Amino acid sequence: MNNSAVVQVGLYLLVLLVLAWPLGRYLADLFEGHLAERCPRLAASADRFYRLCGVRTEQDMSWWRYALAIVVFNAIGVVVVYALQRLQTWLPLNPAGMAAVEPGSAFNTAISFVTNTNWQGYSGEATMSHLTQMAALTVQNFLSAATGLAVAIALIRGFVRRSAAGIGNAWVDLTRATLGVLLPLSVVFALFLVAQGVVQNFDAPREVTLVQPVTYSQPKLGTNGQPIKDAAGQTVTESVTATTQALPMGPVASQEAIKMIGTNGGGFFNANSAHPFENPTPLTNFFQMLAIFMIPAALCFTFGHMAGDIRQGIAILGAMTLIFLVMVAIAIWAEGQANPLLTVLGMDGSGGNLEGKEVRFGSLQSALFAVITTAASCGAVNAMHDSFMPLGGLVPMWLIQLGEVVFGGVGSGFYGMLVYAIEAVFLAGLMIGRTPEYLGKKIESYEMKMVSIAILATPLLILAGTAIAVLVPAGLSSMANPGAHGFSEVLYAFSSAANNNGSAFAGLSANTPFYNTLLALAMWFGRFTVIIPVLAIAGRLAAKPRLAVTSGTLPTHGPLFVVLLIGTVVLVGALTYLPALALGPIVEHLQLIH
Amino acid sequence: MNTATQTTLPESTWRTLFAELRPALRLFLVLSLITGLIYPMLITGIAQGIFAHEANGSLILRDGKAVGSALIGQPFSDAKYLWGRPSATAPQPYNALASSGSNLGPLNPALADAVKARIDTLRTAQPAQLGPVPQELVTASASGLDPHVSPQAALWQLDRIARARSIPASQVRAIMDKYTELPTLGLFGETRVNVLQVNLALDELK
Repeated sequence: MNNSAVVQVGLYLLVLLVLAWPLGRYLADLFEGHLAERCPRLAASADRFYRLCGVRTEQDMSWWRYALAIVVFNAIGVVVVYALQRLQTWLPLNPAGMAAVEPGSAFNTAISFVTNTNWQGYSGEATMSHLTQMAALTVQNFLSAATGLAVAIALIRGFVRRSAAGIGNAWVDLTRATLGVLLPLSVVFALFLVAQGVVQNFDAPREVTLVQPVTYSQPKLGTNGQPIKDAAGQTVTESVTATTQALPMGPVASQEAIKMIGTNGGGFFNANSAHPFENPTPLTNFFQMLAIFMIPAALCFTFGHMAGDIRQGIAILGAMTLIFLVMVAIAIWAEGQANPLLTVLGMDGSGGNLEGKEVRFGSLQSALFAVITTAASCGAVNAMHDSFMPLGGLVPMWLIQLGEVVFGGVGSGFYGMLVYAIEAVFLAGLMIGRTPEYLGKKIESYEMKMVSIAILATPLLILAGTAIAVLVPAGLSSMANPGAHGFSEVLYAFSSAANNNGSAFAGLSANTPFYNTLLALAMWFGRFTVIIPVLAIAGRLAAKPRLAVTSGTLPTHGPLFVVLLIGTVVLVGALTYLPALALGPIVEHLQLIH
Repeated sequence: MNTATQTTLPESTWRTLFAELRPALRLFLVLSLITGLIYPMLITGIAQGIFAHEANGSLILRDGKAVGSALIGQPFSDAKYLWGRPSATAPQPYNALASSGSNLGPLNPALADAVKARIDTLRTAQPAQLGPVPQELVTASASGLDPHVSPQAALWQLDRIARARSIPASQVRAIMDKYTELPTLGLFGETRVNVLQVNLALDELK
């Protein structure tokens, strides 16, 4: 990395910590109920709200009830998002006259937005009405992030509580996450985005006159709306001149804000955060990157506060930051090189690799964004990952495959990392021959079984899904690029879906019955085969007493533990995915330098 | 472990499900109304009040008519205009209703072919320029709507534009400088020239 890169990444982390520290404290106060204790008027209106919704706030849920509540709540989300897409053509706020979304795509999108994946097989500006964008997709941007946050808080309670039957109330946690955290942050961020040029209205696309009309050819359509073919079976094309450009409009800023803050990543438009109406300036780009990591970083501090030992949270944050820095360095270096196959043609390569990148971001801000969005479960993109250099594309793919525990998604990154932390103390326990414990809670076979399910479920979905896709014609025909890169597109798609990221090597034509179905399954099971074991761990740990710290206890707040944790994450990630990666980006890199 | 499992699973699954269905549905409805309707409407209201220009697409008006957005690029191929990034949108370039990159992989022969064709076009248009061709002019942007090129890529076209318009190069240069945006705080992002705004200003010279 050159000096400018070091300064930019350094400043980014600095501002991130400055924002995350107070937010972490606030989250602890919010979810422990201190906020309501301090402000009686707030508590009174919250009580009215809960009564309106039929929530019994005094009920402390068992992990099983908590998990059921979360699954039911998310299942309702799937039904509603599906229904709104299918019915949008008859509903209001559809100025562009969008048709009902096709069932397979609507099903995929419903699962995608409910699971915080925000994988998009469709193109936003050509598919969704404003009402669908708001009442279906924006809502799930909030609620899926609230789900992640609630589960993370429940897991922390598992460690903090002693001999307790419950892990909190899911309805209260979901409400506090949505209205106490995500909504206020989104209001502020949305207004900032509008001020910078992100559109926010309910209008139909706006026609403007082109300065220079453009002539292009397109397939000639017959009276039946199908392309006409000539005698030789070739499609007949006609020459058309466009004198206007239609600019898409809509309530973009309000969705864009929660898209980043909730690590959702589903763009209002097809080009996502590369679209000038979603991410118009380098300043919006900087704050979008901050918004992705803000809550995930804050949760480390929340954990420290709730556990009564801030060092525990800092150790987790330290492990995340170290992995992040290494990945950033590799990605910025890889994208800082121009494609040698193009420079030999007489192209100047001084700007790095710019295919699929925007000039205002350049290769550096694009590479940094790519690492952040895949370290977290965000999946928003400000550059096309499919056109990254082989190693530049390897970094985002591998970060996703690590389970997005490097900061990670809102809530999901934190509970994912704690699962690895439990694994790490277990490994350490095996090495030193003691029963492993973490924060005074004994880690026993039940917890380790759940950890194993949580860690192994996603690799199974990814590798099995990829294997199926490369064996059947329906999977192969969607690849856009030949050779190893086509395989990378499929591997990336399943990695992204099962880990609920949502970014893509977007050349893959994923809006087909095959991919819509298979990826929807990967998203749903990738989400809940982690959430349910995590809640089971939380319930089981909450029921245990807290052991006193002795000289034989492995400290989980020092550099030794940080190294152990990083080692566990990297080892599991490398062992699981290296063979598959060798067939994709690694072989592609070797072909390039050969 | 069985004892603990029993203590955590005393409730019947179905009874729990029915008991929690009511708060689930009500909470979903209320939170949907707040985040899906009230919140976007509130933001729209404030935005239209304070940032009406930005909230409606940063449109550029000429004689009351919208001729483009300061944020969205347009296609240019005439020698008298500054050219921007190649656009991968379909069916026509810079189709703002179908934003997209090319998604061509770095080793895809189609990428090298496309770049070679663009280099040939540029070389034909300005045979006097012998050095390497600026990369933005031959690689497709991420959105297909990129409104910018680098100052180097703009200056590279200076002589062609000046000759096509029969005006001094310094005049074109002044317009390019006027529509050059600098990195935020001198640090974030790249120095860039807004192609559409340069071309609108060039057309107004007459």
